[in-house]
Amino acid sequence: MFFSATHCCFIRKVIWWRAAASIAWSVLLLPPTTAVFVMLSKFSFLHPIQTITDCLALLTSASSVFSVILLGGVVIMVGFLTLEYYTVIPTIACSKIALLGQLLQPRQVVNSFAHCLMGMIVGWCCAVAVGHRYETLGYPGKSSDGHPRMCLNEYHLVFLLAGAFVGFSHSLLGVIHNINYVSFHTVQQYKYLHFKGSLPLVVKCSTIQAFYAVRNFIVVYFFLGYIPKTWICKTLNLHLDSSVHPLDSIAGVVDLSLLYHLWISATFLLFTWYITLLLFRIFVTEVYSFPVQLAFTEDSHQCLPKVLTDNQPMILKFLALQDLALLSKHSPSRRREVFSLSQPGGHPHNWNTVSKECLALLTDLTQRLATYHETVATNGRAKSLSSGSERKTSSETSVTSSTEDLMSPRPAFPMKTPASVFARSIAGGPHSPLTAPFTPDLDSPFASPALRRLTAPMDQCSPWYGSVQSPHIMRRAPKLWSTSTESQVNGSPPPSPASVPSPKQEAAKPSFLAQFLQNRKEQVKSFMAKRVLIMYLLNKLPEASSQALFADSQAHIWALEALSYLVQASFTEDQFGVVQTTLPSILSSMLHLQEAVDRHFKLPHASSKPLRSTNSMEDFTYKTLRFALRATLKTAIYRITTTFGNHLKAVQMSAEHRKRLQQFLEFKE
Amino acid sequence: MCSLALFPPPLPPGQTTLCESNNELLSGANNSEERQDSSPLSLHFPRESLKLHSRTESSSKAAFLDHSETLWMRSAAAWRDGGFTGLLNEVTTSHAEVPKWLSVTSGCILALLRWVSSFHGSLHPHVTLSSEDMIAEFSQVLNWPDCVVRAFSWHPHADKFAVALLDDSIKIYNPKSSISPTLKHRLQRNVAAVQWKPLCASMFAVACQNCLLVWNVDPCSLSTRPSSGCAQVLSHPGHSPVTSIAWSPSGSLLVSASPLDTAMMVWDVAAESCVPLQRVGGGGVTFLSWSPDGSHILASTPSALFRVWETRMWTCERWPCIKGRCQSGCWSPDGSRLLFTVQGEMVIYALTFSGSPGVPASMVKGPQTAVVVADLSETTFNRPDGDIIVGGEIQSLSWDPRGERLAVLLKGDPQAANRPAIIAVFKTRANPIFELLPCGFVQGEPGAEPRLMQFHPNFQHGALLTVCWSSGKITHIPFYFLSSGVSHVGLSGSPPLPHLQERPADFANQSLFTELLS
Repeated sequence: MFFSATHCCFIRKVIWWRAAASIAWSVLLLPPTTAVFVMLSKFSFLHPIQTITDCLALLTSASSVFSVILLGGVVIMVGFLTLEYYTVIPTIACSKIALLGQLLQPRQVVNSFAHCLMGMIVGWCCAVAVGHRYETLGYPGKSSDGHPRMCLNEYHLVFLLAGAFVGFSHSLLGVIHNINYVSFHTVQQYKYLHFKGSLPLVVKCSTIQAFYAVRNFIVVYFFLGYIPKTWICKTLNLHLDSSVHPLDSIAGVVDLSLLYHLWISATFLLFTWYITLLLFRIFVTEVYSFPVQLAFTEDSHQCLPKVLTDNQPMILKFLALQDLALLSKHSPSRRREVFSLSQPGGHPHNWNTVSKECLALLTDLTQRLATYHETVATNGRAKSLSSGSERKTSSETSVTSSTEDLMSPRPAFPMKTPASVFARSIAGGPHSPLTAPFTPDLDSPFASPALRRLTAPMDQCSPWYGSVQSPHIMRRAPKLWSTSTESQVNGSPPPSPASVPSPKQEAAKPSFLAQFLQNRKEQVKSFMAKRVLIMYLLNKLPEASSQALFADSQAHIWALEALSYLVQASFTEDQFGVVQTTLPSILSSMLHLQEAVDRHFKLPHASSKPLRSTNSMEDFTYKTLRFALRATLKTAIYRITTTFGNHLKAVQMSAEHRKRLQQFLEFKE
Repeated sequence: MCSLALFPPPLPPGQTTLCESNNELLSGANNSEERQDSSPLSLHFPRESLKLHSRTESSSKAAFLDHSETLWMRSAAAWRDGGFTGLLNEVTTSHAEVPKWLSVTSGCILALLRWVSSFHGSLHPHVTLSSEDMIAEFSQVLNWPDCVVRAFSWHPHADKFAVALLDDSIKIYNPKSSISPTLKHRLQRNVAAVQWKPLCASMFAVACQNCLLVWNVDPCSLSTRPSSGCAQVLSHPGHSPVTSIAWSPSGSLLVSASPLDTAMMVWDVAAESCVPLQRVGGGGVTFLSWSPDGSHILASTPSALFRVWETRMWTCERWPCIKGRCQSGCWSPDGSRLLFTVQGEMVIYALTFSGSPGVPASMVKGPQTAVVVADLSETTFNRPDGDIIVGGEIQSLSWDPRGERLAVLLKGDPQAANRPAIIAVFKTRANPIFELLPCGFVQGEPGAEPRLMQFHPNFQHGALLTVCWSSGKITHIPFYFLSSGVSHVGLSGSPPLPHLQERPADFANQSLFTELLS
C-alpha cells in the first residue's frame, strides 16, 4: 500500500503538475486572445478610432470581466477533459462500424455533451462581447395589435446554438481524427520555442476548421432551426417577431455581418481550445530525466529501470523509454550508470532490466506481426492466392516457433518464460483473458467493436491487451477461427497435417460448440453481405489494420534506438562486458523483427502512404509510425554492424541470421 | 604570418597530381590516360554525351500559337501558373475585357506588391535572383551552371558514389557491380546537392529546385532505370530552391535549407514530416554542415551572419561576420572545431567548441571569437613559362574524415589565364596544438579546372580526395600517410606506393599558423 501511494505521488508529480502548468498557461493566454477577438469582432473600417475606444470600454466593463472568468472556467474544464481523455496510443477504428462504436461509447458521449455545453457557454460569452443585436435572448417588441411583449432574439439563439454545434463537432472530429493522441517529437525543443513555432499552425487550423463548422451549422440550422426556436419560445414564453426575417430562411442566412461574427466566434472558440490542447501536448511530452539508480531504496520506484517495467500509466513508460533513448544517445555519464554493476554482488541489474524490457517490446511486436500475418494469410485478402498461402503459413509458423525458441533457451532471463508472460498479462488487468478470443480479429469486421470496448475499457491506457498474451493462446485463437472458416466456406479439407507442426494439431480440432457458433456466424455473414449499407459499415478501412498494428510503435522505436546506441557505446565504454552477454539475443530479436516487418510490408495497403492535410490539429504521426519503425530498425542494425564490424562473426547465432547479418555488413540491405 | 608562399610551387603545365606518398605530392606526365582509365571509379562525362534540355518549360510557351481563351480560362491558368501575382498580371493586361475599376485596382495592388518586394529585395539582394542563379550563387560547386557534374557524394560506409549530372539525371557507381543505375524524376531539376543517408545502404537525398527527393535504390536490384516510385518527395510551401542538405550522422534526421526561406527544415524522412526552425534575421539559409559527432550544425545565411545550432535542444548561436556571408565550412572529425571562410576574405577562420555531448547545453560555453588559421591571399610563383598567381577567395573547404588533410578549393579568376582555380591541400594536426602545415597543390590536366571535391569517408591508407573537373572527369587522388591519432592495428604497415626518392620533408616544420603564435 505504501508503495502504491508513493508511486501515485510520483505520477502526480510528473504528469499532473505538467497538466496543471499547461492549463495555467492557457488561462493566462485567455485575456489577450479575448482582447484580439473583441477587436476583430468590432472592427469597422470607417471608424477606426471609435472601434478602439469601444473595445477599451468593453474590455474594462464588469460584464467582460465576468465573461473572461467564465471563459477561464471553460478552458480549465477543457484542460481537465484533455487530461482525462489523452492517450499516447491512438485507438484506430478498422471499419466504419467500429468508428461508430467509438462515438457511441458512454465515455465519449459524456465528452461530447460536455463540449457541447462548454461551446454554448463560449457562444454566450461571444454574443455578449460582440454586443449590439446579439446581446440578449429576449427583447421588448410589439405584437401585431400593439401590445408590448417579449420577443425572441433569434441572433442570440443562433450564437448559442452555433457554439454548441462547434463544440459538439469538435469533439466528434476529435474522435475521428484522434485529436486526443499525444505524439512525441523527434526534435526536442524548449517549450517556448516549440509553442512559438506551432502558433501559426494553430491559427490556421482554427480559422479553417471554424469556417467548415459554421458552414455546416448554417446548413443544419436552415433545415432544423425551427425545432429549438419553437421549443425556446414555448418554454420561456417568448414570441416571434414577425417584422424581422427568420434566420432559417434564405434572406436571413445571407447576412454577411452575422456570418462574419459567427465565423470569428467559432475561430475564437476553437483557438482557445486548440491552444489548451497544444500546451498540454507540449508540456506532457517534455523530456523527463529519470535517475538511473538512486542511493536510497525508498525512492527506487522513481528509477528508470523500475519505471520502464511498469505498464501503468502508459505515458510514464513512454517518458521513460524516451529518456532511455536520449541518455543512450547523448549522455556518457548516465550510460556508465546503466553499464555499472551493483555494489554488493556485482550484478548488472540496470542493464539486465533495461535490455530485458526493450527485448520484450521487440519480441512482442514480432509476435504480433506474425499473428497478424497468419490471420491475413489464411483468413483475409491473401486467401485468393491459395497456392502461396499454404507455404506462407508454414513459414509463418516456423517463425513463430523460432521466436519461441529464441525465448525459451535464454538463461539470462528466467522471467521470460511464456508462463511468466501470461501471469503478467493476468496481473495487468482482470479483463485480459476475456479479450483473448477477440484480439486476433482486430482487423475483422465481425468482432464487435462495442463489445471489445466493453471488455477492455482501459484500452487507451493499456494497449498490451492483445500483445502480452502467452504465445500459445495467441497462436491457438486465430487458428481456431481460420481453419474452421476455411472448411466451412470452401468445403476444402483442413490443411494436411504433414505440413502443420505438432502443437497446432490439437488446435485444429475445434470443439462442437465452436463449430456450431462458427456455422451461425457464417450464415449471418452471408446474409449481411447482401445488404449494401451494412457492408459499407463493415468494410475495412484500407491500411487501418496496419496502422492499428503499429499504433504503439513509438515505444518500439525508442527501444530500438536505446538498444542500438547502448550497444554501440558498449564497444568503448562497457568496462565489465555486461552487454556482450546479451548481444546475441539483441541481434537475433532485431533480425527476427526485421523479417517480420519485411513480410508485413509486402501485404497490400501496408506500404501506401496516407494522405495528409495540414488544416487540422490532427497529429499524423501515428499513421506513419510503421515507416518510422522500419527505418529505425534498419538503422539500428547498421549501427551495431558498423560499430562491431567483423567482430560480429564471433557472436553465436543461427546460420540464417548470420547470412542476413553478412548482408548488413556488406551494405546490401 | 606567412601564406601560400610556403607551398611547393605548382606543377609545370602538362603534369597532373597523382598522389601523396612519403610526405610529398607526386606528379605524372599528362600521357597517363591508360592509368586513369584502368581505375574503375575514374569516370569521364563528356559534355557532348549528355542530352540537355534545349529549352526550359517557361520559354517554350512562346513557341505556340496565340490563344483565344476566355478571360476566365486565362485567369484560372494564370492563378495556377503564377499564383496571385500571375492573376493580377493577367487581369491588368487584359483591360479590354474586364471592367475598368477591376483592372485599375489590380494594377495598383500589383504596383504595391512590387514596391514591397523591391523593398524586401533591397534588404536581401538575393531574393531578386532567379532560382537557378540563386543555386549557382550559393552552391559549393565552382561555376555551377556550367558544370557537367553538378553534385557528387560518396556513400559513408560502402565503396560507391552518386553523381548528379547536367542533364538532371543521377547515376550510382559501384566498383563491385557492373550496373550503374540512372535515376530520373519529373521533379529532379537543377540538383544542388546529393547526400547519402548514414547507416543505410540504399537511401540518399537530393536537393532539387522545388523540393527534396529521397531515393531508395535497392543495392541488389538489377534494374538500370529504377522507377520514380522509388523516390519520396518532400516539399514544404515556400521552401524552394533547396541549396543545401545534411543528414544527421546517426541517420535519423535530415535538414534542408533554402535561401528564400528563413526557416531551416528538420525532416523526419520516414514520416515525411518536418519541423521548421525559424529565426529572425539573415533572410534565408544557404549552406548546412552537420558536425561528424552530430552535436552541431553550421547554417550560413545570405547576409553577413551565420548560426551554429546545437542539436540537443535545437538552440542556436548567432555569429555575425564583418565582411560577407559565410561561404563554406567544415567540421573536424570530433566535432570540436569548425573551419569556415567568409566571402570577400582570403583567410580561413576557426572556431573551437569545447562542450562534450553529455553536458547540458546551458553549461557549454561556446567560443568567444573566431581566430584566423590560414591566410590564402594571392601569391605569385615564378615558373619558366611565366608567373602564376595562386590564392584569393575560397569556394569550398573539405576536411578528410581522420582530420589530417584539409583541401581548399580556390576560386581563381576565370578571365585571367595565369590565375587558375586550384586546390590547395594542408596537413592539419590537432595535438598538441592546432596547426595547418602546407602539403601542396592538386592540379589536373591543362585546361581543366576543379569544380567540386570530396574526401572518401573511409579510405584505409590515409585520405582519398575525389575531384570533379570542368572537363567532366572525375579523378581520385590518394594521400598515403599513417594517421598519428589512431592506432595502426588495422592498417597496412607502409604506404604501398614505391618511393621515387627520399627527400627530407622540409615543409613539415614550417607552420602557417599555430595557436601559440597568435
